[in-house]
Amino acid sequence: MATETHDAVEGAAHAAESAGMPQLDFSTWGNQIFWLIVTLVVIYLILTKIALPRVGAVLADRAGTIANDIAAAEELKQKAKEAEAAYDKALADARAEASRIVEATKAEINEELKAATAKADEEIAAKAAESAKAIDEIRAGAAEAAETVAKDTAAELVAALGFTPKDDEIEGAVSERLKG
Amino acid sequence: MATEAAHGAEEGSSLVFHPMDQFIVKPLFGGSEVHWYTITNVTLWMGISVLAILALMVLATSGAKRIPSRGQSIAEMAYGFVYKMIEDVTGKDAVKFFPYVFTLFMFIVFSNLLGLLPMSFTPTSHFAVTIVLALAVFLTVTIVGFVLHGAQFLGLFWVSSAPAAVRPLLALIEVISYFVRPVSHSIRLAGNMMAGHAVIKVFAGFAAIAAVSPVAIIAIVGMYGLEILVGFIQAYVFTILTCVYLKDALHPAH
Repeated sequence: MATETHDAVEGAAHAAESAGMPQLDFSTWGNQIFWLIVTLVVIYLILTKIALPRVGAVLADRAGTIANDIAAAEELKQKAKEAEAAYDKALADARAEASRIVEATKAEINEELKAATAKADEEIAAKAAESAKAIDEIRAGAAEAAETVAKDTAAELVAALGFTPKDDEIEGAVSERLKG
Repeated sequence: MATEAAHGAEEGSSLVFHPMDQFIVKPLFGGSEVHWYTITNVTLWMGISVLAILALMVLATSGAKRIPSRGQSIAEMAYGFVYKMIEDVTGKDAVKFFPYVFTLFMFIVFSNLLGLLPMSFTPTSHFAVTIVLALAVFLTVTIVGFVLHGAQFLGLFWVSSAPAAVRPLLALIEVISYFVRPVSHSIRLAGNMMAGHAVIKVFAGFAAIAAVSPVAIIAIVGMYGLEILVGFIQAYVFTILTCVYLKDALHPAH
């Protein structure tokens, strides 16, 4: 009971002192300032010893990873470009090579064609000559046959006219006429 | 009649008008004397702040994962927020003050937000706390300024770009504003915290009267949302002003 009264008296005194504002009760300032300093020191130590280096390291690590990834992507992009250029170059080379081969083949074929044509011409000429010879022979044969026929005919005619044919005369006459 | 009046007075005093009681510093383990070493509700709520900061900045980041967890994201966000602030406002050479500024920010923001829990205590609503914080900043700025720049630091008060005639007057104004800084710095924070909490308490008192209780409760909800905003904003304001003052210490030229 006594202590209660004491508390009440004390409380009333405090209330009067602070005029309704506990903030202005200067008897508690020492306590608050002491615990504030303790708190700030503890927070500062926690942050500087553990939290800030850790978070800073994580952020730096992440930034580094992102920068590396971007650099790697850049590099891959460059490589892709190079590969594309190489592909284009290879394609152009292949085209050029193909057209060169086409040209060469065309020239070769022309050459062969010319050779074959020449050969065929030659063969044709040879055949023609041969044929001409054969024709000449045939022609000669025909002339001979015509002479024989003419002689026979002449002999027959002479016989039919009632003369005795004389072979050498008829032959001479026929040869003479044929020559004429 | 007399008893009714007495009853009414009692009810009034117990329900309505005790908005400042929440700020009373009380010993936790009995007794009424508050010595400097006494474990009080101040100790308790500052300790809870320390534990909350420990949970956020140490436990949540314990994985230190490249792809952060939710807690680690918040810790990184707080780190990035204050780091960017000090880099932008004070300059790149000021990052050595980052742990100091971050300590202030974390303590204030956690005190402000934890103070919004019902039945809690808000250390930052006390001038004793905010004046120490503001004086620490003031002394840091002044000492760092003189250590880095010597007497040139006084050039802060001599506006060389102004006409020569008005320079002494401007110097006087600059000196006064320099010494008013810790006052405004501390009273702004404690005043905001105290006013918001007291207003919520007043509305809570009105909530005991049936006729206005719905209005009072809606008002409490609204005030509570506002107070969360104010808690963040005041921590931000205190921190950014610290950065602005530190800029004077590092680069005193106008």
